[in-house]
Amino acid sequence: MSVIAPKFKLSEFIKSLFDNAFWGLLLMVLVGLPAVFMVLFVIEMPVINGELLTPFLALSWIADPSRTLPIVHAFMATDMFRIMAFPGFGFAALLAAGTIFIERKMLAKLQLRVGPFYCGKFEGILQLMGDGLKLISKEIIIPAKADKPIFWAAPVLFVATAAAFVALIPVAPGWVVADVDLGLLAVFAVIGFFPIITILSAWSANSKYPFIGGIRALFQMVSFEIPLILSLLGVVILTGTLNLSEIAASQSSFPWIIFLPVGAIVFFITMLAELERIPFDLPEAESEIVAGWLTEFSGMMYGLVQLGTYLKLYAFAALFVVLFLAGWHGPMVVPPFPAEILTEGIVMGPITAKIPGLPLFTQEMLNGALWFVLKTVGVIFFILLPRGVFPRVRVDLLLSLGWTKLIGLAFVNIFIALGLLYAGVLGPGGLQ
Amino acid sequence: MTTELPTTSEIQIDKPSLNWLPPGLGLQKVDERIMTLNVGPQHPGSGHMRLIVQIDGDYIIACDPDPGYVHRGEEKMAEYRNYILNIPHLERPVIHDSCNVLYPYVLGVEELLGIEVPERAKYVRVIASELNRCIYIMYWLAIYGIFLGHSTMFMWPAGDRELLIDLMEKMTGARVTHAHFVPGGVRNDLPPNFEEVCLRQVNYFEKRIKEYAAVFYDNPILISRTQDTGVLSRQDAIRLGTTGSVLRASGVDYDLRKKEPYDVYDELDIHTNVMKEGDAYARSKIPWLDMMESCNIIRQALQKMPKSGSVRVKLKPNPKGKVFDSVYKRVESGRGSLGYYIVSDAKPEPYRLKMSVPSFRNLIALPYLLKGEKLGNMPSVYWSLNYWPVEADR
Repeated sequence: MSVIAPKFKLSEFIKSLFDNAFWGLLLMVLVGLPAVFMVLFVIEMPVINGELLTPFLALSWIADPSRTLPIVHAFMATDMFRIMAFPGFGFAALLAAGTIFIERKMLAKLQLRVGPFYCGKFEGILQLMGDGLKLISKEIIIPAKADKPIFWAAPVLFVATAAAFVALIPVAPGWVVADVDLGLLAVFAVIGFFPIITILSAWSANSKYPFIGGIRALFQMVSFEIPLILSLLGVVILTGTLNLSEIAASQSSFPWIIFLPVGAIVFFITMLAELERIPFDLPEAESEIVAGWLTEFSGMMYGLVQLGTYLKLYAFAALFVVLFLAGWHGPMVVPPFPAEILTEGIVMGPITAKIPGLPLFTQEMLNGALWFVLKTVGVIFFILLPRGVFPRVRVDLLLSLGWTKLIGLAFVNIFIALGLLYAGVLGPGGLQ
Repeated sequence: MTTELPTTSEIQIDKPSLNWLPPGLGLQKVDERIMTLNVGPQHPGSGHMRLIVQIDGDYIIACDPDPGYVHRGEEKMAEYRNYILNIPHLERPVIHDSCNVLYPYVLGVEELLGIEVPERAKYVRVIASELNRCIYIMYWLAIYGIFLGHSTMFMWPAGDRELLIDLMEKMTGARVTHAHFVPGGVRNDLPPNFEEVCLRQVNYFEKRIKEYAAVFYDNPILISRTQDTGVLSRQDAIRLGTTGSVLRASGVDYDLRKKEPYDVYDELDIHTNVMKEGDAYARSKIPWLDMMESCNIIRQALQKMPKSGSVRVKLKPNPKGKVFDSVYKRVESGRGSLGYYIVSDAKPEPYRLKMSVPSFRNLIALPYLLKGEKLGNMPSVYWSLNYWPVEADR
């Protein structure tokens, strides 16, 4: 008699199918068909190559690769594709989902557990989907005394800011959503937004634990932003540019981590603090302040914050790769596109199809994206690893680490960069 | 004799201030800076209790522990059951340490009823109680790990604890609540081949817990977080009446297994672990060292145990005590000295039974330790007191 899982009856199931079909047909006949006819009545159908464009003709074109491939090419050149699919949200969300899976399985292996196991038959590969469904189906509870507009807006703003960060990352030569000349400054600006959103959501929840967590997050993010910005100055001094694509392109022969290891270490530690990962997860310290500034979020609002957190994690790891690990550069491992497909065509049974414009992506782009993903996954692995090894630090220890040690090390890094520059070893554009 | 009355100008009248509160109601002035946090009973860092914590910024200015959420009236229940039926419910307060919780009760009843225990049973009891001590400490350590945000230290002890739980299952038939100790010995004899299996498991267990040093006890972040926090001086530890690992971490060499040996502990060579610091780090390290000592005791006991013989004295049905005979027995449990005061009547049930539990004694120190600490130290100091909420409530 459970309400959540009512008893399954085949007759009711079939009846529901017919019901749906009936309403669908009714809607189509009463609304859909008149709308189509009205549109056809108003619009003049185009004539292409002497043929009237009918829906049948359009469908036959889609089935013809020589006609669809140029459309795909044109679509791939649009900003929409870049924002939604490849260097933008889709690619980042896929990597973030992979990160969550790797985190769970790796941590489980480290701790003598199995981790997600049943969902999706193979090693719990669909666990994330299950969690997402669970979060969507849960009720969203808003505290009675919360400042509701800001409380609702905070998760959305968090994801939007994380997505803005993702948009600045160049993945392969020429493949970046927003190729800003002051790219690194834009990154700093975006990072500066996170503490504001955190304190807004913490304050608007009007509850004690989110308030303490928000104040902690504010302390942590603001005090670690300074060494974060200072640690990247070395790279800017040596490359002489703020454009992230040009910084990545300048490392064609060697990555900057060889000359600026101190800066890389400082950036990595501040990155952990900005991401609120263990050992710097004080804003979410569960044994002290329940879940910190996330305490009052429920359902998909929490899910959105988690999505934003993992997008931010990907973006930071990618930034590390772009600035210190030579971005997309790496040995050419992707084989060149077989040229005989262009000249002789693909033999598919009785048909030999010649498809012009086939290499959708160039060899350089595929190779660059491959190396970029490999390096990013490596950096993400090292971001995840401390969670299995370290306990949480305390606020005073964290702040003293940020203000005394890391800022000092960041200045050491700047002096190393200046020394290399004035000694004439390196200059804008690489080795002198 | 004339007295000069004060003139009206000399009489000072208290002006009613805005902060005035009606007297006699126990109300306190509320400072704007001070925030009162109710940590628990529904909080991941509290256990089955509530800590009313007042914080000023990041500093705790007062902490008021509020136990009693899991009070089950064990002492009153014991007055309505006979000496044998009391066994299963008296081990419920700390099911992870069930042998040690039952130990003083069984010793007391044996003295009240005048029962002699066979030699082999005494050794079996020692082995069972030491194994149970390790099982309890592993559970405690797992929670200590997760309280500090160290998830590996939550999973490892919880997994390695299974080794000893399997051993106890072979020995008693139950994984957690064994009900193994009875007045007059233990319930069952050891299964065949138990000595070799026990030795092998215990050796492997000791090797495993030594690995915890690398990931937990030598971890620089852990040391920086717990050292010099919640320091309990030697005098305060004695004055507040703390026991067990808390007392030994403050530099007092006090172990009932050596001071008041019961059963065959006087025939075994026991080393007591004492640290002088008295901070949260020392309090968290002493139980870990105790586990290694327990492994040594188990090995000695396995060697010295008589290979055959009875493990249980046959009792009369419904044994009765003398009129108003009383006994107080205590043992060193996983948390400290645990005592039972039993008064017998000429009935099969005890007239009165009083548990003197170490958890409550250690909890008394918490308000003193947390005063002036940072909020981030609250979980580590709280759980380093080796406190089990259910036992404190009984």
